[in-house]
Amino acid sequence: MKNGRKTILEIKNMSISFKQYAEKKGTKQIDLPVIRDLSVTIKEGEMVAVVGSSGSGKSLLAHGVLGLLPYNGKMEGKISYCGKPLTPKKVEKLRGNEIVLVPQSVSYLDPLMKVGAQVRGGRKDAAAKERSRELFRRYGLEESVEDLYPFELSGGMARRVLICTALMKNPKLVIADEPTPGLHLEAARQTLSDFRAIADQGAGVLLITHDLELAMEVADRIVVFYAGTTIEEASADDFRQEDTLRHPYSRALHRAIPQNGFGYIEGTQPYVKDMPEGCPFGPRCEGFCEECQKDIPWVKSGNGYVRCIGSLEAGRMRA
Amino acid sequence: MILTAKDISFRYSKKDREILSGFSLEVSQEEVVGLVAPSGFGKTTLCKILAGYQKPDRGEVLLDGKPLSGIKGPCPVQMIWQHPEQSVNPRLRMREVILEGDNIGQDIIKGLGIEEDWMNRYPAELSGGELQRFCIARALGKSTGFLLADEISTMLDLITQSQIWHFLLEETRRRHIGLIAVSHSSALLDEICTRKIELQR
Repeated sequence: MKNGRKTILEIKNMSISFKQYAEKKGTKQIDLPVIRDLSVTIKEGEMVAVVGSSGSGKSLLAHGVLGLLPYNGKMEGKISYCGKPLTPKKVEKLRGNEIVLVPQSVSYLDPLMKVGAQVRGGRKDAAAKERSRELFRRYGLEESVEDLYPFELSGGMARRVLICTALMKNPKLVIADEPTPGLHLEAARQTLSDFRAIADQGAGVLLITHDLELAMEVADRIVVFYAGTTIEEASADDFRQEDTLRHPYSRALHRAIPQNGFGYIEGTQPYVKDMPEGCPFGPRCEGFCEECQKDIPWVKSGNGYVRCIGSLEAGRMRA
Repeated sequence: MILTAKDISFRYSKKDREILSGFSLEVSQEEVVGLVAPSGFGKTTLCKILAGYQKPDRGEVLLDGKPLSGIKGPCPVQMIWQHPEQSVNPRLRMREVILEGDNIGQDIIKGLGIEEDWMNRYPAELSGGELQRFCIARALGKSTGFLLADEISTMLDLITQSQIWHFLLEETRRRHIGLIAVSHSSALLDEICTRKIELQR
């Protein structure tokens, strides 16, 4: 259905690592790999959600694409934008115009600048004013909010201000990094359906979120991220039942939804410094076996992809 | 202990509308009370007033009939904030952040899945979910009688959210700590609360 569409963003085998001092004292430095082997493709008019646990490196994915990694970050892999490589020079030109970020935290706002000026990015012309007022109205922000400083905003208001800032230009690619926490359900739905509308008008939307439930409602495809690796890519429909999911972690996510039993599994995702061999989910997985400690390939499975030995075997048994 | 909010009114500036007007609430230590309202309705403001961070214009917060502000030592009403990255001192290592709490037990640190290695790091070196575990631990000191959880799991993934709430519910039940939970997710509140209150303008 979407085959004829142009690819807007293609990330191939992206890895991001950070240089850190190995010990508290001394000068030895080590590379900490935070994202390994990540591939995502977004086409025109498509909304792809990357869903992952906190600390899995989701935000870094956005920062990597936009060239906003800190000085000690290093990125490998291929990123292309509209068919051409996205070089650091190019991304610097495009970000804020064709490629926009809706950042995760309210701390991305300038604390010393009034909200109105901030949304308009310093522009003072009538068109910018008109556009910002229109966006404020759409997101239920009163005009008086323009004269407030960020610290005077409630959590939900700040988030809506961030969204307005991103939509000031007509972007081709929107990267939304956790745009919904702190919004009440209606506003969250509204926000996501606004992103959906942006996608339906032809832009690509990369939604980075932990909120699987909302992602299921609006995204076309969902990529599950765990400890810096993609473990499953599936259509949003596959997430409606546990049976159609391929990876044990995705299934555990499904079971943890309050309406689906509010269940949980023990443990936390491994820290980059003590990442297990092979599958990062291995230590928490019921089906853990020796094979899981080897390199696990990213393979096509039905209309999606999965990185799991157990799922491969199960597939073979079914076949 | 009973935590009482008596006829609380509050506005941020004279020009503004009253965010809270004549709000009253009574919570016992056996309860888990859910607070629901759209954003900007004063949920966080109410939590700040209940925890003593903000003085109401009118009305008072009472603990067993006595004003909360008169209590010496660690405040028995503790608040966990919505944005953990803004509620820890960025220049303290996590080991020191934990010390800000009132004698935080090892069992709490274990129960929240905080790893020893995280203790040596600065807040900027932890994810939101990891930081929030510290903020929860810090609020569960020996003298805590009531806990205000202001959207504490919105930034967490589903499994971590479920883990943390299971821990919190068990800990507060065992220690008879009253819990007030603010959340936008009614499915979550249905799962954890003994009763729900809707804030209205």
